[in-house]
Amino acid sequence: MTTISPDVVTQVARLARLRLDDHAAAHVTQQLNDILAYVRQLQAVPTDGVEPTSHVLPLSNVLRPDESKPSLPQTSVIALAPATHPPFLAVPKVLEAG
Amino acid sequence: MTSVMSYEPVIGLEVHLQLKTTTKLFCGCSTKFGAPPNGQTCPVCLGLPGVLPVLNARAFDWGIRVALAFNCQLASVMKFDRKQYFYPDLPKNYQISQYDQPLAQHGHLEVVVEGQTTRTRIRRIHLEEDAGKLLHDASQHESFVDFNRAGVPLLEIVTEPDLRSAETAYQYLIELKSIIEYLDVSTCNMEEGSLRCDTNISLRSQGTETLGVKVEVKNLNSFRAVKLALEHEQHRQATALARGERIAQETRLWDARALRTESMRSKEEAADYRYFPEPDLVPFMITPEQVEQVRGQLPELPAQRRARFQQQYQLCAYDANVLTQSRALAHLFEEAVRAGTPAKPVANWLMGEFLAYVKDKSLEPAAVKLDPVWLKDLVELVQRGRLSGPMAKTVFTQMLDRGVPPQQVVGERGLEQISDPAHLERLADEVLQANQKSIEDYRRGKTSALLHLMGQAMRLSKGTANPQQLSALLKRKLEQGQVNAPQ
Repeated sequence: MTTISPDVVTQVARLARLRLDDHAAAHVTQQLNDILAYVRQLQAVPTDGVEPTSHVLPLSNVLRPDESKPSLPQTSVIALAPATHPPFLAVPKVLEAG
Repeated sequence: MTSVMSYEPVIGLEVHLQLKTTTKLFCGCSTKFGAPPNGQTCPVCLGLPGVLPVLNARAFDWGIRVALAFNCQLASVMKFDRKQYFYPDLPKNYQISQYDQPLAQHGHLEVVVEGQTTRTRIRRIHLEEDAGKLLHDASQHESFVDFNRAGVPLLEIVTEPDLRSAETAYQYLIELKSIIEYLDVSTCNMEEGSLRCDTNISLRSQGTETLGVKVEVKNLNSFRAVKLALEHEQHRQATALARGERIAQETRLWDARALRTESMRSKEEAADYRYFPEPDLVPFMITPEQVEQVRGQLPELPAQRRARFQQQYQLCAYDANVLTQSRALAHLFEEAVRAGTPAKPVANWLMGEFLAYVKDKSLEPAAVKLDPVWLKDLVELVQRGRLSGPMAKTVFTQMLDRGVPPQQVVGERGLEQISDPAHLERLADEVLQANQKSIEDYRRGKTSALLHLMGQAMRLSKGTANPQQLSALLKRKLEQGQVNAPQ
């Protein structure tokens, strides 16, 4: 039976840039394992003959024409950022090329 | 110890192509290049809470177009996924991309390298959104962010590791760009970032199938850089292997000035993007009818046009290849021929002077104002002897510089070749009169004196005299002793 170990939680938290202390990590580990247990219950439902899908809505091919709409004003976009150097947003120096 | 020569390179290419749609992939923001920073964003492309991305129908359609041109199998159902990572140019902290159900797979592209046709398999083609742009040089302590590019549609075209030389990789890229230009779905401008290329290369001993350790090379801002970087990397790895060293699996950056790759020296950890299906976008079905409809709208592609040019205009493979590389060039050629000019002189003008001109000015052929009829006119001026070869080249350059017909250049600059016998006669007489010594030299058997007289006469006419006619005339006069006083 697959369970989520505290190590996995720590690793995922790090990838998601979440700071968890030991107490919080233990709490979240428990919660995630409860969710897994619930999914395990769902697996009892017979699904033969049900098409696998990545989506619950009975919709596909929702498209829009390639027509432009007004963007947000530059000033209000810049105002959303904690640090700016108008007309840019500013972040701590990124040293590495992407 | 194994020699450097006994290793074979195994190369794969990954091209990101910006589609030239009017709006972004999932919102109505403009994609116009060079707009004021952070002036083309909205809650969708900034990833503000509660927004709903909707796929751009044109980007979807163009993706299918490209996939067909690369002989791919289209997915019957494609979906989008979130690729999650943190980087300051990524406003949502995830990129909407495609993971396990991409737009298309299993294609191929053929290129001719040194007379040999080689096939490169295409692993996959998928749609994704671009990230924003970071500016690193403006400040010492901060990087600046411009989100205008965030959400712009990209098509990623990934090959299998089928390329076996830097030259093949180079030719593959040229053919790719040519196809995309024919499809008219991207500007393919590397300087503006609308075509980006990453590559990976490993070496293996000749004749073996096991792949070596793969090195990724980035920061390649021209096709030439790709070729140079691969050649360099092939040599670097072969030298290391021959010494018994091991190749590190890493990402290296091409240094275009030092002409070498350098390790990124980053804390390499296996990327963990935790892809999951994008819940805000529903799946997309691609029906056989839709595929056939798009296929029916495909223009003639470079390979087809090359074959047709050879057959229809009796061009050699080389000429047909050069002329069809750019759609604009191929169009100029066909229109000039259609206007009634023989194919070979038109081909020569375009492949010689025209391509030299665009290269010299760093222009794309499509950016040059040249009416195909002007080419026809120019060829006729030469054929009727009204322009000499060198004069025609001057006229040609002027014609492109100013965007005016050749007759206008000839008229304004007095460049027309003098073929009028009476005019040439006056010119010959004037020169002979002024060079009595050359006449005597010639009559004493020093035939080089004729060349001296020709030079004088051409200079006097500012290069406009018809050289064949003038030479014959001077010779006749020298031999018959008819030297008249100038009138």
